[in-house]
Amino acid sequence: MKVDRTELTWWERLYLPTLLNGFKVTLRHFFSWKRSGVYGDKQKGYAAKTTMQYPEEKWDVPTGYRGAPYLVKDADTKTKCVSCQLCEFVCPPRAIRITPPGDSGVVDREGAEKMPKEFEIDMLRCIYCGFCQEVCPEEAIFLLEDYAITGENREELIYDMEKLLALGGADKRAYDHHVQDGVGEGIKKWETKTREAGEQAKFH
Amino acid sequence: MFATITELFAAPWVMTLLKVVAVFAVVMPMVAYSVVAERRISAWIQDRVGPNRVGIPFTNIKLLGLGQPLADGLKSFVKEDFTPAHVRKVFYWMAPAVAMVPSFVVLAVLPFGSMLGKQKMVIADLDVGILFTFGIVSLGVYGVVLAGYASNSKYPFLGGIRSSAQMISYEIAMGMAVVPVFMLVGDLNLGAVIDYQASGAWLVFKQPLAFAIFLIAIFAETNRLPFDLPESETELVAGYNTEYSSMRFALFFMGEYAAMIAGSALMVVLFFGGWTLPFGDFFNTPAQSSIGKGLVHIGVFIAKIAMFLGLMIWIRWMLPRFRYDQLMNIGWKRFLPASLANIILTAIVLWVLHS
Repeated sequence: MKVDRTELTWWERLYLPTLLNGFKVTLRHFFSWKRSGVYGDKQKGYAAKTTMQYPEEKWDVPTGYRGAPYLVKDADTKTKCVSCQLCEFVCPPRAIRITPPGDSGVVDREGAEKMPKEFEIDMLRCIYCGFCQEVCPEEAIFLLEDYAITGENREELIYDMEKLLALGGADKRAYDHHVQDGVGEGIKKWETKTREAGEQAKFH
Repeated sequence: MFATITELFAAPWVMTLLKVVAVFAVVMPMVAYSVVAERRISAWIQDRVGPNRVGIPFTNIKLLGLGQPLADGLKSFVKEDFTPAHVRKVFYWMAPAVAMVPSFVVLAVLPFGSMLGKQKMVIADLDVGILFTFGIVSLGVYGVVLAGYASNSKYPFLGGIRSSAQMISYEIAMGMAVVPVFMLVGDLNLGAVIDYQASGAWLVFKQPLAFAIFLIAIFAETNRLPFDLPESETELVAGYNTEYSSMRFALFFMGEYAAMIAGSALMVVLFFGGWTLPFGDFFNTPAQSSIGKGLVHIGVFIAKIAMFLGLMIWIRWMLPRFRYDQLMNIGWKRFLPASLANIILTAIVLWVLHS
């Protein structure tokens, strides 16, 4: 295909009109303290360019975001994890290490046979795949909203059970974060799975 | 050797040394801060924020990011200075210095103020100032060409080749453009150019065409954006400095900005009246005894340079790069004839006026 080029007039070929246009456009953007503002719209009163000034401003973590995996507690602030070690086995980078309780039999809630003696996640190994959350039958581990995991050395980034529980908090937070498909109160994995299976049957 | 302090300061080389140190002490921070200005202005033009974090070290005072040069400098020093195995080492090591030195040497002949005490505010008051300037400015290309050659790699090589062709063609247009200025002034001394403008109108009003060509040629000489073909990062990775890292790269970078400052200073001296301002005697007569007046003159000169630096930065983020044949076309087919015509025109006008 032949594209016909527009004949430029003498005035246009002087570059001057484009030059002036360039000055105009750049000046407009130079002084656009408030008008542009992808993030400025969200936060009123903040005169923003498109840049998000990170540590001071943070983006809204979307629902279902897979951040760092933490352990959550139940409504009575008891440990939900029952040390079944499914997450440990499913973890692709082997970031999780669970020390089972052995014969000690210490549990802090009713209905649980055992709880882990130690539960460690190496945040440097974790790839945030969410398999642990998916596999957990007790809904005890969730990928929450934290995405900026930093530390000064490698040891510091191996989170132990105490830290994971503290960071995970009561499981309300996990539910809030993972509200999906009209299942507002609790995820109730088993129900979701049953429903999904039913839907699949209908499909065939 | 010297009996008294007075005797020491009477020696001409001492004052020259002091002036050299003073010029360095002013120009180096100017280089550093024009880099910051470049980054901030580019950011604002592109609706970004730019570096606004670094302030006074070890405090939380941010100062609008004015501490950035410290961080940049420290980074350049601390980074690994990597010399690739395939380079021609001697030339590779030499090139950054060769690129940087000419821009500073040019500053030697530029009158940056009127008088301070009994001293003329110019390091070397050469009678052939402009010839010296052009001679040195044209050396700047060797650093780039040498870097391109020494890197022994295709992109830097292309950058160096482009640079040599571009610089040489624009050098001619630039030299031709200022000829009418000296026809009017009748002296090659840059101080005389300023004196001429102090007593009359600035030369930009008498020689607008010469100024336009000179301005654009300066852009080409300093590898600034409409003509940054030696570097052209979208085509040649980073052109001549592709293989350079850490402080060597920083030297190229500083050389570029020092060349901008030298070019701006040259424009100010030749076309914008140097340290003079057209507001009465205070700004137009040399400061004989008053130190304050002398300092104001220096301040005026620096302010004018800063304006030109701002313009150069602004243009960089406004115009896209020229294609190579367009660049050559403009240089040889437009500017060279235009500047020659300007010379002839000026000659005719002068001949008519004086006969």
